[in-house]
Amino acid sequence: MEDNTLTQEVKPPDTSKGPVRWLRDNLFSTWYNTILTCLGLVLLFFFFRVFFIWVFTQANWAVIPAYLRTLMIGPYPIEQVWRIGIVFCTLLTLLGLSAGIWRDRVLQIAIAIAGVGLFLLLIPLDVVKEGEDTSATLEFNLNIFYLIFFKRKWLLGGLVLLAVTFLIGRDKNTFKRWIIIGWVLSFPWTMIILHGFGKNAVSTTDWGGLLLTLILAAVGIVACFPLGVLLALGRRSQLPAIKWVSTVYIETIRGVPLITILFMGSILLPIFMPGDFQLDKVIRAMVALTLFSSSYMAENIRGGLQAVPSGQVEAAQAVGLTYPKTMHFIVLPQAIRAVIPAIVGQSIALFKDTSLVSVVGLLDLLGVGRTILGSSKWSGNYAEVWFFIAIIYFVFSFSMSIVSQKIEADLGVGKH
Amino acid sequence: MNENTTNDPIIICEDVHKWFDDFHVLKGITTTFKKGERAVICGPSGSGKSTFIRTINRLEEHQRGTIIVDGIELSNDLRNINLIRQEVGMVFQQFNLFPHLTNIKNITLGPIQVRKMSKKAAEEAALALLERMDIADQAYKYPAEISGGQQQRVAIARALAMEPKIMLFDEPTSALDPEMISEVLDVMRELAHSGMTMLVVTHEMGFAREVADRIMFFDEGVVIEEAAPADFFDNPRHERTKLFISQTLQH
Repeated sequence: MEDNTLTQEVKPPDTSKGPVRWLRDNLFSTWYNTILTCLGLVLLFFFFRVFFIWVFTQANWAVIPAYLRTLMIGPYPIEQVWRIGIVFCTLLTLLGLSAGIWRDRVLQIAIAIAGVGLFLLLIPLDVVKEGEDTSATLEFNLNIFYLIFFKRKWLLGGLVLLAVTFLIGRDKNTFKRWIIIGWVLSFPWTMIILHGFGKNAVSTTDWGGLLLTLILAAVGIVACFPLGVLLALGRRSQLPAIKWVSTVYIETIRGVPLITILFMGSILLPIFMPGDFQLDKVIRAMVALTLFSSSYMAENIRGGLQAVPSGQVEAAQAVGLTYPKTMHFIVLPQAIRAVIPAIVGQSIALFKDTSLVSVVGLLDLLGVGRTILGSSKWSGNYAEVWFFIAIIYFVFSFSMSIVSQKIEADLGVGKH
Repeated sequence: MNENTTNDPIIICEDVHKWFDDFHVLKGITTTFKKGERAVICGPSGSGKSTFIRTINRLEEHQRGTIIVDGIELSNDLRNINLIRQEVGMVFQQFNLFPHLTNIKNITLGPIQVRKMSKKAAEEAALALLERMDIADQAYKYPAEISGGQQQRVAIARALAMEPKIMLFDEPTSALDPEMISEVLDVMRELAHSGMTMLVVTHEMGFAREVADRIMFFDEGVVIEEAAPADFFDNPRHERTKLFISQTLQH
């Protein structure tokens, strides 16, 4: 009989609290806490009252629909917008195939993107231009078929492609390698399609808005990664020359503000270039962002490398793995996994730092905002424009943050 | 000598010296191990015994003398080092399993990447080895999900998957809970009877007496006594050895 008490299941004590109990414990536990809570509530009330009054009654949001296209793509010519549509569809095709093959998180990301896309596709709001000037309003347009099949045909096409390619890609595990190659090639493909050839070519000086911001951020984030890995390994190398070069590079770049690197790229670099050869302005900004970001990435990854115990390398060597294979299969996967939060943090920072390119004359999201406010008609509406731009930055940054948290959970950071 | 021991030398050490900065860890080790021989290396901590077996697969570099393993001299030539490492399996005190890989992938990584074995063949061989270690049901778990004794057996399987000619054991049971020591020793015993050449650094004197062909006693970087187990335990010649044996056998 006594054995029973040993094997009996004992539930942990119930420590959950009701909301009333929680309020009392955390907000009203003592008389001064009660005063502070009330004071806080009053302050919050006044802040939000002012905020909502501004948002709903004082702000003149007409500036946003009037310049929505400019904010999204800058001065990109409207008759060439189909190029952006093609790039958009290409990326959604790759995403659909990836979602079908890898499932899990990739599928969830695809579904989230499809959800946002569907929402944008179906809301019956339309920008209605009034006459020749740029004033415009958002209005209900009940002719939803017209909206979906004409004004939003690229969005519709992209979403259809996403769904179709998901079905095609389902469980085609042999495609994995090709899809990865496809993602890599999507970068030059995007550049070529957006630029085009011949008399219809769109110079990169006409790229702008959110489009340019996303391109710069994507190139910076992706390209700095391999460079950062090499620099991190280089700094830990036993060969003095490699170690020295890596260290000097990292410390030099880290010791200089991004904006000076951008200025050097835009002003100094052309002076050193031979003859008439002019490197494209956008490409120079990409190079500057990548060089800058790679030194920080290198230090993040070096932190991860130091977290991998030396026994791991010894065990890999003991089975005869060469140095590159030891790094590839054993050390880097563990090192990178350990620093994913830092890497994502840096990616978010870089995404926001792309706004500095507006200083060297590129019309990214922020730069476009400044030109809009430069026009006399809307010059007083800076609060609306900056607020809208801030929301766009926030949505993208926060999405990255959520995805990274999910990836951390999948990889079991701190578990395996 | 056991029934598997031959007269062919497989490891030849000639006046091996090693320093950590100014500290002289190995002070001229000269010895030969024969194919199929089972040698147990013991001695107090800091005596250089771990360092010695780590020089044999070049995890530590010796600074004077020569080491010849399976006919190849250990030098700075990376190709030679990797050739030797393929022939010499090693089991560590802290297991050193790769935590981000499942147990079976821990085992197949070497055969696939170094021996260029096909994935399928490597997995079949790995499953057979896990079966031999009596942990086939743990193949698709991660190292953190199994017990210490099981982890060490996965580590032994990982070393054996390379089909090495020599196995080095660096205190394989020192990090284990007492109840798990015997399951690892059983596997090592079975391995010894299969004719593997084994160099074992251990404090398990029962295992040494039962399995070893020769016991080498290290102290302060030199081999101060080496003998067959019966001689070593019953007629130790050196005072330091006598003290060590009386201390270890008390437990």
